[in-house]
Amino acid sequence: MSEPAVEVMDVSVRYGDVVALDSASLVVETGRVCALIGMNGSGKSTLFKAVMGLVRPRTGQVRLFGTDPATSRRSGEVAYVPQAETVDWTFPLRVRDVVAMGRYGRMSALRRSRPADRTAVAQALHQVELTELAERQIGELSGGQRKRVFVARGIAQEARLLLLDEPFSGVDKRSEATMTDVLRERAATGHTVIIATHDLTAVHELADEAALMHKRVIMHASPRDVLRPENLALAFTPSGAGQE
Amino acid sequence: MIEFLVDPWQFDVMQRAFLVTAVASVVGAILSCWLVLIGWSLMGDAVSHAVLPGVVLAYVLGAPFAVGAFAFGCLAVWLIGTVRSTSKVKEDAAIGVVFTTLFALGLVLISITPSQVDFNHILFGNVLGVTDTDLWQVVMIGVLTSFVLLLKNRDLTLYAFDPDHAHALGISPRKLQILLLTLLALTVVVALQAVGVILAVAMVIIPGATAFLLTNRMERMLVVAPLLAAVCAVAGLYYSYYGDVSPGGAVVLSQGVLFFAVYLVAPRGVIVRVWTSRRGRTGVSPA
Repeated sequence: MSEPAVEVMDVSVRYGDVVALDSASLVVETGRVCALIGMNGSGKSTLFKAVMGLVRPRTGQVRLFGTDPATSRRSGEVAYVPQAETVDWTFPLRVRDVVAMGRYGRMSALRRSRPADRTAVAQALHQVELTELAERQIGELSGGQRKRVFVARGIAQEARLLLLDEPFSGVDKRSEATMTDVLRERAATGHTVIIATHDLTAVHELADEAALMHKRVIMHASPRDVLRPENLALAFTPSGAGQE
Repeated sequence: MIEFLVDPWQFDVMQRAFLVTAVASVVGAILSCWLVLIGWSLMGDAVSHAVLPGVVLAYVLGAPFAVGAFAFGCLAVWLIGTVRSTSKVKEDAAIGVVFTTLFALGLVLISITPSQVDFNHILFGNVLGVTDTDLWQVVMIGVLTSFVLLLKNRDLTLYAFDPDHAHALGISPRKLQILLLTLLALTVVVALQAVGVILAVAMVIIPGATAFLLTNRMERMLVVAPLLAAVCAVAGLYYSYYGDVSPGGAVVLSQGVLFFAVYLVAPRGVIVRVWTSRRGRTGVSPA
């Protein structure tokens, strides 16, 4: 159990001629909430994709809980919450249906839910305070509620690692508070949470640690240190940390 | 009235036509639910047109038409994927290039094939001339395809909604994609027997689009779409029988008319929305 949840070692990813990640390294211990901070195009999403095995790194290696990512995925340890823009909100699914998809890895090939699955879904919905909205079609929710559906899916999945891409964009204050509570509670029970965000205000309350990204991890420390203006300047100026 | 309904059934030809059209409509409708949600309508169009050379070659070689059609359907899917992923060309352009080229190849093959067969039947369907072999193939493929679709329905919905989540669970989205495209090719093989190569695409788009307007629950879509398609199959064939019009045309036309009817008058349809927004505006009159 003392293995780190995530070990990203010297990972480089290219899309054609574009370098998305240049020898990025990051280690996150279990039970921590880590915020990836950086501009659009700084490689946050690509790092997630590398962790999830959605892109194949040109160099480097990813290990999850001390094993290779494919094994980790097959045992349902990795869950992710997509950016709102990438989800089709007109899709004919109810909140309950999406959360139940978190259980598919544990079901038989027909994906019929058993009592244990229904209990897990109900508990997950309760944790993110969506029980009353379970029968709603997913498009009939507010921005914050939409995010919480996917967090609930990760909880129902019993994933040990939760990746959230921009969880606070388009989210009202109340939902942000609920989400922060839920994620803190996750970490307190031994789960690992990584969020990619450019919303710096949320980071103080939520994260145990922060990693500043600009094609690679240029700083990984406490949120207080990372969020110092002189450090942020490294990642948030267009020509800042690119050169060495 | 009873006579009106029973009369067409006295003919063996019409019985076969009803069976083939019903099977094609139902399997097409089930598949269409995923195609319209993923946004693969153009893919349906591509596969259905691209099978033409396969059907002609099967005829020349004396093989079952289903084999030729299926082979070229798969070839089209593979070519589109390859062109898209190994060049700068975007997906819609890759689809456009591949299926028109294959369709053109089919037309050329028709002109250089010496035969007594009227290849217009392939283009526009020949549901009134279905042979025993054709009937047997359609029923077998249709039942098998429907069975697999319903068996894998949850996984296909997972793939359509969030392939990355499937991947995160260790369920291969690539395999589900290949499965769905294979089932598309098989469905087209069935549909072209009923309505021909040109209109086959309608059967794998329209029922799903109509059902999508009527419900926001996937399980209900999977019931509503085949039900509506079956009704349209029967209505279309009656119209064809009594109006002496093309059966393929009549069946697809009835699907299209039903779509627009639903589009206008469904609970969330255009008429209701315009009406409620008007009423809303006049309702908020100053006190």
